[in-house]
Amino acid sequence: MTEVGYKNATRTPQVRFVENESLAIPMFSVLGQEGEVDDSADLSAVDPEQALNIYKAMCFTRVLDERMVAAQRQGRISFYLTSTGEEAASVASAAALADTDMIMAQYREQGALAYRGFSAEQFMNQLFSNELDLGKGRQMPVHYGSHKLNYMTVSSPLATQIPQAVGYAYGQKQAGEGAITLCYFGEGAASEGDFHAALNFAAVLDAPVIFFCRNNGYAISTPAEEQYAGDGIAARGIGYGLKTIRVDGNDALAVYLATKEARDICLSINKPVLIEAMSYRLGAHSTSDDPSGYRSKDEEQKWRQFDPIERLRHWLFAQKLSGQALWDEVQDKALDESLRAEVLAAMKAAEQVPKPRLRELVTDVYDTPTLELQRQQEALEQHLAQYPEHYPKTAGRV
Amino acid sequence: MQLNLLQAINQALDIAMAGNDKVICFGEDVGHFGGVFRATSGLQEKFGRARCFNTPLCEQGIIGFANGLAAQGSVPVAEIQFGDYIFPAFDQIVNESAKFRYRSGNEFNVGGLTIRTPYGGGIAGGLYHSQSPEAYFTHTPGLKVVVPRNPYQAKGLLLAAIRDPNPVLFLEPKKIYRASVGEVSEGDYELPLGKAEVVQEGTDVTLLAWGAQMEAIEKAAELAKADGISCELIDLRSLLPWDADTVCESVLKTGRLVINHEAPRTCGFGAEIVSTVQERCFLYLESPITRVTGLDTPFPLVHEAEYMPDHLKTYEAIKRVMNF
Repeated sequence: MTEVGYKNATRTPQVRFVENESLAIPMFSVLGQEGEVDDSADLSAVDPEQALNIYKAMCFTRVLDERMVAAQRQGRISFYLTSTGEEAASVASAAALADTDMIMAQYREQGALAYRGFSAEQFMNQLFSNELDLGKGRQMPVHYGSHKLNYMTVSSPLATQIPQAVGYAYGQKQAGEGAITLCYFGEGAASEGDFHAALNFAAVLDAPVIFFCRNNGYAISTPAEEQYAGDGIAARGIGYGLKTIRVDGNDALAVYLATKEARDICLSINKPVLIEAMSYRLGAHSTSDDPSGYRSKDEEQKWRQFDPIERLRHWLFAQKLSGQALWDEVQDKALDESLRAEVLAAMKAAEQVPKPRLRELVTDVYDTPTLELQRQQEALEQHLAQYPEHYPKTAGRV
Repeated sequence: MQLNLLQAINQALDIAMAGNDKVICFGEDVGHFGGVFRATSGLQEKFGRARCFNTPLCEQGIIGFANGLAAQGSVPVAEIQFGDYIFPAFDQIVNESAKFRYRSGNEFNVGGLTIRTPYGGGIAGGLYHSQSPEAYFTHTPGLKVVVPRNPYQAKGLLLAAIRDPNPVLFLEPKKIYRASVGEVSEGDYELPLGKAEVVQEGTDVTLLAWGAQMEAIEKAAELAKADGISCELIDLRSLLPWDADTVCESVLKTGRLVINHEAPRTCGFGAEIVSTVQERCFLYLESPITRVTGLDTPFPLVHEAEYMPDHLKTYEAIKRVMNF
């Protein structure tokens, strides 16, 4: 019998429907909450010093998030969005990549950007929409991006970056750069058509891309059980023909190991991989959200016990390097203090930087402003000159 | 050499791909089959499967993929099989392609992107193989929208669109894919984007159209000529950005303007032209600016001939503005 449109099917005289449960996708996990390692786990690919760098970027992210939520409450910035509880998923996955790999994020992966080397000053310049913001003050806070760091500028529409990641990865394959693309998104975004388009395109066109789903249980207020009925997002990867793994998203070492292996698969056989990292959004969706309206404090408290930062810290405390402790309580406290000072200083500095000049309103719509746009700009300048007191941000700074 | 419009497009793609390894063509049935209209015929055989290929049947996927490919530095030429089916990709075009450079502060751009799609009626295609969706896209800063009227124009404008450092939507008048045959230079040439062309000079009334409707205004001008009316004919060619200066210069001379487009009247691109021209030429107008357009209905099947803004409707409009 010739196969048209199906694979590996045997004939059966029984009416039997295949059910979701037959997949039973396990969750890869190596670290316990006290930092203990599963006996059968292989951590030979983990360099303790790199694990320490992962830890530091996770701590930076936690400190940045706490400080900026407070700043939003104080009215210093308009909006913020934390990744509290999910730091392992973004940081440890980014750590498994090469710097030349492209990262296309959703909006809750500031940890990955921090690991790449985006400075506290750069975060603050974007959050305060000042004239040093690489995005020229055009997008709401947390829409970071950096060409130099191969971190695609974040856009608000959900899931649009997923098929784009496939195209980017296809271009990387064509260019023979030995680089891949990693694309982050949430389990809510995975309901968008773009997600399904992306997985199918990637599998059919052999794109070296890692789809990294942060399944944090909530899309704003909608819990995962009202988002999908299947076995998480992982089951869909298998349906589209992707190598797929589910990983404990609060286990930094498991996330790192799974992503490292996924990258090897992408590069060696030019195939996409799906990783579903199971975690929990400990904070609100954003500063415009209040979770008390849709979930209990008890539920949040339960997940606080699985804090990914504490878990990795416990493991680090037990590591020895040339007979010396790799990391201890004193160093840990000093790190926390220095991160807080760094973030606070960067925030205060960024607040003082002026807003982008008025001319940035019309640049970058096209490579050069069109004639019509130049005329609109001139008309606007004349109007502002007439009423400068009504436009204090730009008056006198054309 | 004499080519039809499809052959001219095929030649432009061939030249673009031969001249730049980064040019990649894809879409539904675009690979070995060469597209349902055969615009990409022979390209897979010549440039390989990696550079000319079929995609799954999913327009949002095609443009999402194309955006990423362009951001990476490749030069994608994505085909949407019919303009009527571009709407699943609307978000990727309007929110992504158009805003990529702006929102990133020029850290990233998708300037290499060209989207080709056949548009318009005249093939008995009914609601879903006939639409002219240009106005949905001309309302979007960051895009360029281009429509050629004949094979020579199609080749030069498409080569310019592929090499333009901005995303371009290239709308191909499928009614004249094979019917329009004309002399096309063999080599590599580009025609400017954003520039209208005065295709016939005249003194009494300006007739403005683009794409397949150029034929309607040309025929109407012939009828008017017999009545002693001298028409100036303009092909807008680019709808975004559009060449208001050339149009207004003509209207300042003739004092009359008739705009013809196939899309429905309300909020059609003609409305934009009317508004700009009255602002700039108010005291020079001898009669109201007039539009000859499709009706405000979904595109019909059996009543296609009645729906179309043909040469006779245009001829009547010319007489109205002359006798106002």
